[in-house]
Amino acid sequence: MPSYVNPEKCDGCKALDKTACQYICPNDLMVLDKATMKAYNRDVTMCWECYNCVKICPTQAVEVRGYADFIPMGASATPMRSTDSIMWTVTFRNGMIKRFKFPIRTTPEGGAVPDGGFATGGDLSSPALFTEPASLGIPEVFTLKR
Amino acid sequence: MANFENVVVETDLLILGGGMAACGAAVEAAYWAKQHGLKVTLVDKAAVDRSGAVAMGLSAINQYVGLRDGVNTVKDYVDYVRNDLMGITREDLVANIARHVDSTVHLFEKWGLPIWLDENGKYVHEGRWQLMINGESYKVVVAEAAKNALLQSGVGQIFERVFIVGPLMDGDRCAGAVGFSVREEKFYIFKAKATLVAMGGAVHVFKPRSSGEGMGRAWYPPWNSGSSAYFTIKAGAEMTCQEVRFIPVRFKDAYGPVGAWFLLFKSRATNAMGGDYMVERRSELEKWAPYGRVKPIPANLRNYLGMLDVMEGKGPIYMRTEEAIQKIAEQYKDDEKAYKKKMRELESEAWEDFLDMTISQALLWAATNVQPEERSSEIAAAEPYFIGSHSGASGAWVSGPEDLQTPETKPLYFWGYTNMSTVKGLFCAGDASGASSHKFSSGSHAEGRIAAKSAVKFIVQNNTMPAVDPAQIERLKAEILKPLDTYEQHKNATTDPEINPNYIKPRMFMFRLQKIMDEYAGGVTAQFTTNEALLNRALELLAFLKEDSQKLAAANLHELMRCWENVHRMWQAEAHVRTMLFRQETRWPGYYFRADKPSMDEQNWRVFANCRWDPGTGQWQMFTRPILSIFPQPKEHELLGG
Repeated sequence: MPSYVNPEKCDGCKALDKTACQYICPNDLMVLDKATMKAYNRDVTMCWECYNCVKICPTQAVEVRGYADFIPMGASATPMRSTDSIMWTVTFRNGMIKRFKFPIRTTPEGGAVPDGGFATGGDLSSPALFTEPASLGIPEVFTLKR
Repeated sequence: MANFENVVVETDLLILGGGMAACGAAVEAAYWAKQHGLKVTLVDKAAVDRSGAVAMGLSAINQYVGLRDGVNTVKDYVDYVRNDLMGITREDLVANIARHVDSTVHLFEKWGLPIWLDENGKYVHEGRWQLMINGESYKVVVAEAAKNALLQSGVGQIFERVFIVGPLMDGDRCAGAVGFSVREEKFYIFKAKATLVAMGGAVHVFKPRSSGEGMGRAWYPPWNSGSSAYFTIKAGAEMTCQEVRFIPVRFKDAYGPVGAWFLLFKSRATNAMGGDYMVERRSELEKWAPYGRVKPIPANLRNYLGMLDVMEGKGPIYMRTEEAIQKIAEQYKDDEKAYKKKMRELESEAWEDFLDMTISQALLWAATNVQPEERSSEIAAAEPYFIGSHSGASGAWVSGPEDLQTPETKPLYFWGYTNMSTVKGLFCAGDASGASSHKFSSGSHAEGRIAAKSAVKFIVQNNTMPAVDPAQIERLKAEILKPLDTYEQHKNATTDPEINPNYIKPRMFMFRLQKIMDEYAGGVTAQFTTNEALLNRALELLAFLKEDSQKLAAANLHELMRCWENVHRMWQAEAHVRTMLFRQETRWPGYYFRADKPSMDEQNWRVFANCRWDPGTGQWQMFTRPILSIFPQPKEHELLGG
């Protein structure tokens, strides 16, 4: 099935300006059925199981059931993604549960400054990119010695 | 004809794609565009936050040279890449990316990507060139910087969910691109002074190993559908290394990464009898000398040794995870507390490796009750993919930088603007540019920056809007929307819209392409082996497929995108078959094997095999280009240590 939607939890993102899973799916698979106001995965054979729909869903309505043609049934991997870390709950077929937590970013969301605080400049004809040489950490950009 | 509104967007620089290379291009272009009063437009077929090959995340950065630490040089990286590609490499292009890639990685760190640090505050290396990261949000962070650069500076705009079909031309100059929204009935016409193609590689050209739901679980993402190759070929650009496909050996079925296991955990891979093909088949490497003698052994040769085991019935091949973990933890065996702590750490690192970038592999472990510290997992060769990054090399033939040429290379490898294809105003980066392998995510971002700066320079020096004949636009619009018309016209001829003698739906069209490529062009079921007769047969069948592409039918916008994605794949397939046919040897035995030309021919074929589709005549031209070095070539003994 790859990603699937629990109809009891999906509210069609009706309070938001866009349907979250439909907005994020890199392969244009998640669709909102306007009649039922529930989302669904329209082509499960083209799903990469990237979990972006799972991670973005505001009501935790989207889950993944592993590819039926090679993954035995009964396991799950469930993420809870916050602004700086992600928690995974991995449930084995035999019932064992493992939990992992990993950092995902070191800066506040939205705050990436394009030049990273490095000195910018240079001219259009030089090989140096706009943050170089500062962002290289060496005095000058490598070139062939003549 | 389907009644789509025309949306015309005029811009100075048009960036096509939204992945690593396109985001690099956006960040760099925004700065230079601001200085020169130019406009930049980025078009992505998905949402930039999670588009491209890094959409899920990554657990490592595979290209970092570390120039500031003085350990590696740009030349070291070039030596490594040249050998991995069996000598077929543009040194000027690889060196150009290598000299800038650290700058891009340092920016990632500032933007918020967590890079593992050791107790001295130095990056933790997975291997000589690889860094470990907590990369779940790698793409989110990189996209954020790109969006901030374009939108906060006021120079840029971003279109999401617009699928680019092909180029707009003004004679021999690229004049922009056309495509359609996959959300509303709008036909987009982007007119630009320079166009930068960064729309990824091609997946699902070959039949994948999985045939049901698991078809989507390609190693590279299925939304990489050959759009870069199609765009550049149709614009008349010279293409290079179209015979080079990449076949990764990964954890079987879910294609989880092996880099951390081989490099960081130093795991072995062994066959059903416990034999290690890297040891037992060492003598085979001599046949592929000088490249087979060098360390690290080229990826395709490592593949090949494992494939030989499988073909002899010695599978499965196992990644010896339990052995590797025990070996590392053993160092702590005298201190029970430290041992337990290390085991927990290793377990967490092993799972994060999958959860950051291939969650399905974690699911597969859980579903088969696998704990990597207790038992091995199978690895296998995946199906072939087309990428200019990673260990692939296919893409457009682009100009190198002027300052990295010698008097000998300059007339051949430099034509005015770095990373410009042979088509005026058409720039390429990431999977779209060829012969510059091993750029991975970070190098693709760096190359996007290089190409964008160069494209801005082109615009400043060629500051006129190309002229586009309105008839060209109307012709393209009719051609692009035709599958919708075909469907409307014929859908009532049968009781089931999926089966109809008047048209073919994109899904079956893709299966037909995949079957041709799999069986005739050296796919999985052909054991990656082909020959001249098989390839000629592939061309015959591809010609029928190309004729039938006129009868593709789409019931909605999503299917219209699928139709064109598959046309894109078909053109990538044709360039591939023609170039394998042209190269009269076997050079990358672990990528494909020409059974009728089973040896490498250094005398005649240590050259680039290039091709060009002529938009005027519709004919393909095949030709070679010489391989020239910009660095002194290392003596063989210097390459044995690495």
